[in-house]
Amino acid sequence: MTDSMLIYKIILCVIVFAVSLGAAAYMTWGERKLAAWLQDRVGPNRAGPLGLLQPIADGIKMIFKEEMIPTHSNRWLFILGPCFFMLCACMTGVVIPWGAGWEAGGTIFPMQVTDINIGLLYLLGVVSIGVYGVMIGGWASNNKYSLLGALRASSQMISYEVAMGLALIALVMMTGTLSLKEIVGQQDQGLAFVVYQPLGFIIFIICAFAETNRAPFDLPECESELVGGYHTEYSSMKLGFFLFAEYINMFISSAIMASLYFGGYNFPFQHELGLDGNVLTIVQTAVFFGKIFIFIFVFMWVRWTLPRFRYDQLMNLGWKVLLPLAIANIIITGFVMLFMGKLG
Amino acid sequence: MSTNVDIQNNIEKDYTTLNLGPTHPATHGIFQNILTMDGEIIVKAVPTIGYIHRAFEKLAEHRPYNQITPITDRLNYCSSPINNMGWHMTVEKLINCEVPKRAEYLRVIIMELARIADHIVCDTVIAVDTGAMTGFLYLFQAREKIYEIYEAICGARLTTNIGRIGGMERDFPEIAWKRIQAFIDEFPAMLTEFDKLVTRNRIFMDRTVNCGPISAERALEYGFTGPNLRAAGVDYDVRVMNPYSSYQDFDFKIPVGTQGDTFDRYMVRMQEMWESLSIIKQAMEKMPKGEFHADVPEFYLPEKQDVYSKMEALIYHFKIVMGETEVPKGEVYHAVEGGNGELGFYLISDGGRTPFRLHFRRPCYIYYQAYSEMIEGGMLSDAILTMSSMNVIAGELDA
Repeated sequence: MTDSMLIYKIILCVIVFAVSLGAAAYMTWGERKLAAWLQDRVGPNRAGPLGLLQPIADGIKMIFKEEMIPTHSNRWLFILGPCFFMLCACMTGVVIPWGAGWEAGGTIFPMQVTDINIGLLYLLGVVSIGVYGVMIGGWASNNKYSLLGALRASSQMISYEVAMGLALIALVMMTGTLSLKEIVGQQDQGLAFVVYQPLGFIIFIICAFAETNRAPFDLPECESELVGGYHTEYSSMKLGFFLFAEYINMFISSAIMASLYFGGYNFPFQHELGLDGNVLTIVQTAVFFGKIFIFIFVFMWVRWTLPRFRYDQLMNLGWKVLLPLAIANIIITGFVMLFMGKLG
Repeated sequence: MSTNVDIQNNIEKDYTTLNLGPTHPATHGIFQNILTMDGEIIVKAVPTIGYIHRAFEKLAEHRPYNQITPITDRLNYCSSPINNMGWHMTVEKLINCEVPKRAEYLRVIIMELARIADHIVCDTVIAVDTGAMTGFLYLFQAREKIYEIYEAICGARLTTNIGRIGGMERDFPEIAWKRIQAFIDEFPAMLTEFDKLVTRNRIFMDRTVNCGPISAERALEYGFTGPNLRAAGVDYDVRVMNPYSSYQDFDFKIPVGTQGDTFDRYMVRMQEMWESLSIIKQAMEKMPKGEFHADVPEFYLPEKQDVYSKMEALIYHFKIVMGETEVPKGEVYHAVEGGNGELGFYLISDGGRTPFRLHFRRPCYIYYQAYSEMIEGGMLSDAILTMSSMNVIAGELDA
């Protein structure tokens, strides 16, 4: 790795981190505006034009609020929980290819922090350990509502990870790689993978809702039963971390869905436009973000429309419906590959 | 943690005690339930009441009759006008006062509006407790319109203190009629929208069907009335069984359920809103001309003009305002179909200026006794939904 590449990667790391945080901050604004729009309300409109400074005001409020650590809690783990959750949320962004790559001075600078050959496995791994943050936080609070929320969160995330992993296996069988860059690259020409893997995509999006604890799977923090769920006892920025990490997770999940099933930064007829390399990269990145925002919109739209499941119904859906469907999807994919040859 | 022995399986189990309430976002009001939980399953529930007991029955023993009306506002505050009317009718029964037809029809309109407002609160809160917030805000716009009608009629919104002993305090103003007409025109579309958004939603049905059921026999044994009894399949409605305020003049159906579960309670209330709307329409069509209050000068405040110019009016005005009206001896019970059941007033008068004893038959008090039986064996989420679907209102429960 050359020096220029090293500096570039560091800058890219910072940019990806900043973009994840910024997107998450403005998603809170977007969510409130969207909810207001769906519910015939106005939404935030006091801080700045259209309430655009609201996320900043919220952040400042969170930081300056008094920090409460319950005396009966385990102080160490209580602080570790939200930090861990936030860390895991920020770690997933590194393997996502945000664009094709820059060309400068004969070198190509890829718009991906690192292209590890087990990118998908890395994603699943980081997502799995993310649940520890919720579990530790809920358990360390020493509050029964927090404990119930943490239990719900851990069982839900573990159950849905199985179906999610199996849905991805069908995709891996098709593409023959675990690298996200290659999966996106294979969608450069031809159709996006959602056309070949519609069932896999549906399973994946349902599991993504469950993994991010969003409605209709927001049982771990459902306010009508568990007060605040696993973050009942949290205050100030530690609460902010939990809430913030949820939005980062949503952003990353949308990016993963766009990359795996909707062609990532590729868009139809991109090579027929006759654009220069770097200009094309800018357009591609913009298109990628467009796709991400569509998914985020779906996340929010669903949240403000559907009721939530009950705990046992959620487990039934995960183990009795999604898991068999994911296995069936693998078998179907296998047969299709066997009789029709490898796709693409 | 407490250790209990599971008798059937003869194994020792560790149960958790969860203190649901007195302040909890899902308990609509102040209730405490001490739940013994096996994971998410409720093994035993012990409800506690009395957190907002305000001694209304005792207060009433020290107040003249017209000053008891504001107390009734604060029973079931989601449908105050029905409580007010129920109280006025009880006193009218005691003093043998015939109320003009027009006043009765005006009362029917205001009571049915209140019933719609009450059912809006209950049904949308069921939706909120399942996690669907949007429908709640849609229908609350309709409720706001009802409150604007109250405002036009009596000036207040929540604790209305509407009507007087002997009739209404004044005839409906022009603006009230306009608002009622606008409400009749707009409400069906709003209710249909909510219905489409929530009722047949698969998740909503999964959550509410078979959630907190009660059989018709058990419900009758407890003394259930109103929508909760009708959801269990018993077609008892005070408006039909024992008509008051000219309800016999109107044509309406009594929706009944079959299972007595949360979904049935929700559906019964949805259907009742349509029936109430039809009653309001009929009352507006058939509205008779005439006086809006009976001629009971010892209870009904005279015109201000008369107070200044007529001796009798001045005396009556003084006696009413100072609360020195004598009432005959007697013992009456009068019940109205309140927002969530039979709301009864049992009044004993020994001839003084205040009641000797007044008892409110509060439906919520009766429902809440069955609550622990209904939620035991279910999950925590079911308990929350059962509570909201029974429409237990703390103000009425504790009185």
